[in-house]
Parts: sequence; C-alpha cells; structure tokens
Amino acid sequence: MKAHGKVWKFGNDINTDEIIPARYLNTSDPDELAQHCMEDADPDFMKKAKAGDIIVAGKNFGCGSSREHAPIAIKAAKISCVIAESFARIFYRNSVNIGLPIIESEEAAKDIAEGDEIEIDFDSGVIKNITKNKEYKAKPFPPFMQDIIAKGGLMAKVKAELKK
Amino acid sequence: MGMTITQKILAAHAGKERVEPGELIEAKVDLVLGNDITAPIAIKEFEELGIQKVFDNEKIALIPDHFTPNKDIKSAEQVKILREFARKYNIIHFYDVGRVGVEHALLPELGLVRPGMCIIGADSHTCTYGAFGAFSTGVGSTDMAAAMATGKTWFKVPESIKFVVYGKLQPYVSAKDIILHIIGSIGVDGALYASMEFTGDTIAELSMEGRMTMANMAIEAGAKNGIFAPDGKTVEYIKSRTGLPYTLYYSDEDASYIDVKEYDASKIEPTVSFPHLPENVRPAREAGIEIDQVVIGSCTNGRIEDLRVAAKILKGRKVHKDVRLLIIPATQEVYRKALEEGLIDIFIEAEAAVSAPTCGPCLGGHMGILAEGERCVATTNRNFVGRMGHPKSEVYLASPAVAAASAVLGKIAHPDELK
Repeated sequence: MKAHGKVWKFGNDINTDEIIPARYLNTSDPDELAQHCMEDADPDFMKKAKAGDIIVAGKNFGCGSSREHAPIAIKAAKISCVIAESFARIFYRNSVNIGLPIIESEEAAKDIAEGDEIEIDFDSGVIKNITKNKEYKAKPFPPFMQDIIAKGGLMAKVKAELKK
Repeated sequence: MGMTITQKILAAHAGKERVEPGELIEAKVDLVLGNDITAPIAIKEFEELGIQKVFDNEKIALIPDHFTPNKDIKSAEQVKILREFARKYNIIHFYDVGRVGVEHALLPELGLVRPGMCIIGADSHTCTYGAFGAFSTGVGSTDMAAAMATGKTWFKVPESIKFVVYGKLQPYVSAKDIILHIIGSIGVDGALYASMEFTGDTIAELSMEGRMTMANMAIEAGAKNGIFAPDGKTVEYIKSRTGLPYTLYYSDEDASYIDVKEYDASKIEPTVSFPHLPENVRPAREAGIEIDQVVIGSCTNGRIEDLRVAAKILKGRKVHKDVRLLIIPATQEVYRKALEEGLIDIFIEAEAAVSAPTCGPCLGGHMGILAEGERCVATTNRNFVGRMGHPKSEVYLASPAVAAASAVLGKIAHPDELK
C-alpha cells in the first residue's frame, strides 16, 4: 500500500479540539465531520487540501480528547496519511482501530516542509520526499497492530474472533 | 525485580504472573464506559457485529453528560441512541437527565469504581479512577465497541514515572495547583504513553476528591493512567459507597521507574494555566488578566469539596460587575449537598448562575460558550484553542479558590488579594 500527495505542515501538540472542534460533535457522520477537519488549527484547511494529501506535524499529535471523530474527520477528508514526530496515545490507538494510516518519524516530520510532494510505502516504512529528493525510514508498526490493520481494523478482527 | 501497582493490576487482568513495560497484553475489563459523544459510534460498530448480547450488562456504563440536558436536535438524537441501546440490552448503568452527572464524578459516587479494577472508557478523563488504586484509561469508540462485545481489550504495558510530592501546602493551594504545577514542569507530553504514580506525604493528606482532581489530569501530560496507592481514605470512601469486593495493590519497593520526580509542595503557589496548553503555568498572583467569565465545575473540580471552597470565598461577596460566574455541580448528589449546606444560596446571593450537572461549557458544548476575544477562568482541564467557544476566546485553568476569587475581582487573582 502506498500514499502519494502534497504536504500540509502543522506544529507540536495539535489537539483533538483543533482537529475537530467539539461544537461539531453533536453528529458522528464522517462527511459532516470532514467539512470541519483541522478547522481550529487552520480555518482554510478544507478549502486547500485535496484528496490524497498528507499531514505532517510535530510532537504529540492528537493530544486531548478520546474522540474518535478526530481520526474519522481526517480519514473522511481523504487525507492519505499523518506523519508526526510522536502521537498522543489515544489518537494513535483510534487511528489503528479505524484504519487511518499514521507514521511516527521524527526525522521525516522535522525535515519535510509544507508543500513538499511525498510518497509513502507502508510495507517498507520508507517515506520518499520527491521535492527534496530525500528518503526517510519510519518505525514500523508492531506485529500486533499490523495484524489489526491487515484484518481491516479492530472490529473486523473482533468479528473474525467471535466467529471462531 | 518488583512490579508497580499498574503492572500488578494489568497482570492480574491478563491472567499472568507478571507483565513487563512494553509488553502487549490482552486484559479483561471490569467496566466499560461511554458518553453521549463517543458511545453512538461504539453502538453503531457493536450492532454491525451482529451479536445479540453484550459481554456483561452490569459492567457497561452509558453516561450522557456532555450535551445534556440536550442542547439541540442532533444531540438529542445522540442520547436517544444510548437510551435505546440501554433498553435493548438491559444496560443497568444508564443514567438519564435527573439522575445523570458528569461521568467521572458520578461513577465513583455510585460505587462502580473500586481499587484493583481495570477500567476503560471512551472519554480521555477516564484516568480519574486511578485515584482509587484502579487501572483506568481512556480509549476510543471502536475500543469501547470491541470491549462491549468481548469484555477484553489490548494494552501495551506502560512504563511508570513516580511523582513524589512532599511538604505542607500553603493556604489556598489545592490538588489542582499540584497537578497544574507538575504538568507545567514536565509538559503536555511529559508522561507520553506512561503511567504517572503519585506518592509522598502531601498526597497521603489529600482527600479522595483531591486525588481524583490529580488523576483526572494525568492525560494532560500525555499519560496512559494516573494512579495512587489505596489507603485508609480509599477504603473508607469505597465502603461508604458499595459492598462489592475490591483488591488492594501496591507497588513493590524494588519496582522499576523510568524517572522519579520530586516536588516540594510548600513551594507551590495558586497556579493558573495560560492559553492554549495546560503546561503554560504561572502563579495566579502574577497573571494580571482581566476576565469575562468564570466556570466552576467539571470532572476535574465539580465535587462538593470544590463547591465548599468556592462558597467560602464567595460568601458575603458579589461577582464582579463585568464577570459571569457559572457554577455547575458535577452530580445530583453534589447539587443536593450544596443545597443542604446552604452553598447554593451563597452562590445566588453572590449573583452566580447555578446549572444542572453537565460537561457543558468545559468542551464548548453549551451552557456558557465564549464570544470572540472573551476570557474565562475555569476549574476544568483543557485550555486548547476554541475549547470553550470562539477560536479567538481564551481559557485559563485554575483551582476553585482562584476561580472564585477571580470572579469577585474581575481579574485572575490569588485569593488573598480579596479584602
């Protein structure tokens, strides 16, 4: 599996209130949530971002609330991957569970600039910066999580296990 | 090598003799919690499994507290999903308006949280229950759905960081000031993925309410859980709430910690977190910020002890003419106690508004939303951009004492600035 797109860059400690403000949480409809994706971090984000684009951020991305609406909004906004120096733990868990590709790489997150065109190979963990003609190697998911992703998310895994 | 209290509880729930930090385990859960924002997604996913029963109808809590009493049609529809699910699967711990309170204040009152339990909740402040010597952590809706079906979840066993707090607290300094001070010292990712274990003679002196305030904010340092060793106060609280069994776990003396932080509590001042991160702490006395609104309530500081502190300061005083003071008892029980003790009368006399239990303004839901440029002192737990309303509004986190004093003076203040 690969992702390819233009980068939108964000700073440290991007929290779930910035990703999807609570004023929109009276619904859980993915398309409605997507309209407000990243709104309080960058009000014009959804006007600028295109399907397949990639978010690159600093440390502790997704801190704050447990709202799964945050990775759901990003996924429904058709962002193909989030790369960050580090992720807050509930956001990390939620992303794996719903199948939003996320990658932890301090090197890539620091070096990639807004507007860079990048390509990610999820199997090898290699991130190619086409604009800068550089490559970064990301930490792979632990096998346990690869299993969840391979089965199509946590609920698909649970379904398979309940059938046993 | 010994184990920490967190390792011991996780090992017991994974059916293992011992577990090591970094190990991935599958653990049984004793309680699964969701609210009116997170549970609707979990319920939808649960129903898609096509199984006809939950793992245990007495071990699931559905608490509609965020947008209740419902603020609009959409949020009413969300709660309706919880209500119908609770009826369909005979979920005993569903509490509707009139019975409901802010989840992390309500569940301990109901005796649903006990030492040694393993609890997950689709709410990040589920870490509150570490106050009782339980392992308790926030998860997302999908994790909640899977646990409602299987009674199990997966964890990566966290590393532990020990926080030793010693010394006598100064007047007006509370558990809230200690935890804000700690977050200020380590940052909002200072305990990322780790367990925060609180100990020391100052901690032993804290009430159960104070411990809940501290454990509640462990997530604001990125922690997986915050935890306190149970003691006489814990057992007394639990016995007053439930006859159900519990298990007391303690960290071994030779347990391993990735870091030990020490704090002299006598040097901690009434503390305020400036926008837009809880780590931006400053002494309240040096803040000098004029304010428009004050909120006293939430899962962090909406308990009876918090309202007593506020009432003591507000008694015989009026809220500043340019300030709106909102006081939100966290549960119906807290509300009734406040009424019986005459606190509500003091609040109304001071010209504060008192509302039904709700998370309301804490997350910018309803009941006190800020306009552009407005500033609020809140006893809540987050001051992110737009947290309480307009993206250009500001939230300053503080204790009930600082919040009440600030409401009277019209600016962020140390309570001893009151005449």
